[in-house]
Amino acid sequence: MHVESKIRKPLITGGKTLRDVSNDISARVEEKPSLSWLAALGVSLLTLGVGAYAVYRTLWDGIGMWGLNKTVGWAWDITNFVWWVGIGHAGTLISAILLLFRQRWRMSINRAAEAMTIFAVICAAMFPMLHMGRLWLGFYWALPLPNTYGSLWVNFASPLLWDVFAISTYFSVSLVFWYIGLIPDFATIRDRAKNAGRKISAFIYGTLSFGWDGAAKTWSRYETVSLVLAGLATPLVLSVHTIVSMDFATSVIPGWHTTIFPPYFVAGAIFSGFAMVLTLLIITRKVYKLEDYITVKHLELMNIVIIVTGSIVGIAYLTELFMAWYSGVEYEQYAFYNRVTGPYWWAYWSMMTCNVISPQLFWFKKIRTNIAATFIISIIVNIGMWFERFVIIVTSLHRDYLPSSWAMFYPTIYDVGMYLFSFGFFFTAYLLFSKYFPVINMHEVKSILKQTGEKVNKVK
Amino acid sequence: MDDKGKKFIVGIFEDEDILLKAITTVRDKGINIYEIYSPFPVHGIENKLGYKRSRLSIAAFCFGFLGTCLALIMMIGMMTLDWPMIIGGKDFLPFPVFIPVVFEMTVLLSAFGMVGTFLVVSNLKPWGNPKTFDLRSTDNKHIMAIQLDKNKMKKDSIEKLLKSSGASEINEKTMGI
Repeated sequence: MHVESKIRKPLITGGKTLRDVSNDISARVEEKPSLSWLAALGVSLLTLGVGAYAVYRTLWDGIGMWGLNKTVGWAWDITNFVWWVGIGHAGTLISAILLLFRQRWRMSINRAAEAMTIFAVICAAMFPMLHMGRLWLGFYWALPLPNTYGSLWVNFASPLLWDVFAISTYFSVSLVFWYIGLIPDFATIRDRAKNAGRKISAFIYGTLSFGWDGAAKTWSRYETVSLVLAGLATPLVLSVHTIVSMDFATSVIPGWHTTIFPPYFVAGAIFSGFAMVLTLLIITRKVYKLEDYITVKHLELMNIVIIVTGSIVGIAYLTELFMAWYSGVEYEQYAFYNRVTGPYWWAYWSMMTCNVISPQLFWFKKIRTNIAATFIISIIVNIGMWFERFVIIVTSLHRDYLPSSWAMFYPTIYDVGMYLFSFGFFFTAYLLFSKYFPVINMHEVKSILKQTGEKVNKVK
Repeated sequence: MDDKGKKFIVGIFEDEDILLKAITTVRDKGINIYEIYSPFPVHGIENKLGYKRSRLSIAAFCFGFLGTCLALIMMIGMMTLDWPMIIGGKDFLPFPVFIPVVFEMTVLLSAFGMVGTFLVVSNLKPWGNPKTFDLRSTDNKHIMAIQLDKNKMKKDSIEKLLKSSGASEINEKTMGI
């Protein structure tokens, strides 16, 4: 039997029993949608609708609707793409890497974090796809398919193509990992529906649960599958943002051509991903009254991850400046001088304040265990991370080698609309998930109740 | 496996540690346990029941290797054999640039192959019918199912044994009706 130290705080408070766990989580799925949920869904759908108009105009009239110009050929679209992909790193990190490290606190948060990952990756994929302009031909440009343009295949030497493979693999493996975890919980909801005589939901959740019955043999295989999937997803999650960073790092643009990009981007991705998980979970735990499952201890541990990754990001910013100076390359030096003091200085300094200074506040225990402060800082971090990508992309492009072609980037309302569209999709999907799927991994929480539940701690 | 009409004794356990001890007691008496159903994975249960280690990790490796080969065949076929082009001054067989796609395809096929195998061998499918001995087995109880006609011991003595090894409730269930 597993023995826990007495000093460790219980991960699940409130003296929960196995039955309480089923009741607390499944009841959210079974009850009628509340007014506040409907209102939130309405707002999300409205945002989605407004954004859909921007998408329609982009597809109908072309990407000339955006604020791009000859000099700045990548701006909001790729910024949003990298931002969303970064956010999509927390879920699989929590469920895979923390599983390998046997971190039990992941169990209360992994389900919602993985859902967030999947929706964020979909949001990310929208931007490069729409940037292709003629989306319906995109398959031929992005996938190695036989085509009628001669035998010209896609270019496997291009990081952009690696990205296609990395992101689609990441999305599909995360989806499978998430769904495999959901199956036993769907079975719980199915059996509760059968017990209460609700035939329609028994049928729906019965289909979703794939006929799961919790046999010991199946559980034993299930454990092997989760462990191997975690082992596969761990290098995968690190590879995705590494490859995203190579979109930039393998080019010869000053400001992009840097070898530190892969680790720097991965740290930044985890940083922003955890911030978004915190933003969503603080609201979810409040609305669904999940304070006994997602305790302040959980939030504190996530804040510690934010300090670590935020500090790595801070060091990366300083290293970039140092390397630009130390390299002695005039263009590299100008790119960074321009970043810090040029016309986009406000973006650079917003990034520095939000990403480097604000997470350092978490060194104070009072701040990192304060829910309101955590919520505010988590939003600040995500604003900062958006600026980071904007700074890297736009400030490196807008003043190139030829001063006569220097330009500024001004977003149009269609750029804003596209961003709104992704937000509308993200929140609509998250709201539907949190209503119709169990937001906490019931079977994993049940498996640790005996070791870290509050009751056991009292007996010790 | 068609279990329609078969009779089972169903022992219900509250606690996983009592269950683990009970499995040893029951198996020591030579009783064949049909299966245990739990709401969450109980560690060490597969050893107590004498189940072999799952070979799914081998399946994962094989599918992964298949992914590696397919990715290499695809890229060498397209970039080296079918339509060689000079890109960035690289070789016609630019092995380093193949690494990311090889890695992703390996992971993709490995994960999908293993999960697919798991679903098939565990008989999990959307139209699948769960074996339900007791609806509480996905909620808060561990269920030990013992098939009557596979055991020589009498029903009464099996029930007695279950009771003495900590079952909180003992029921009888005929499958499929």
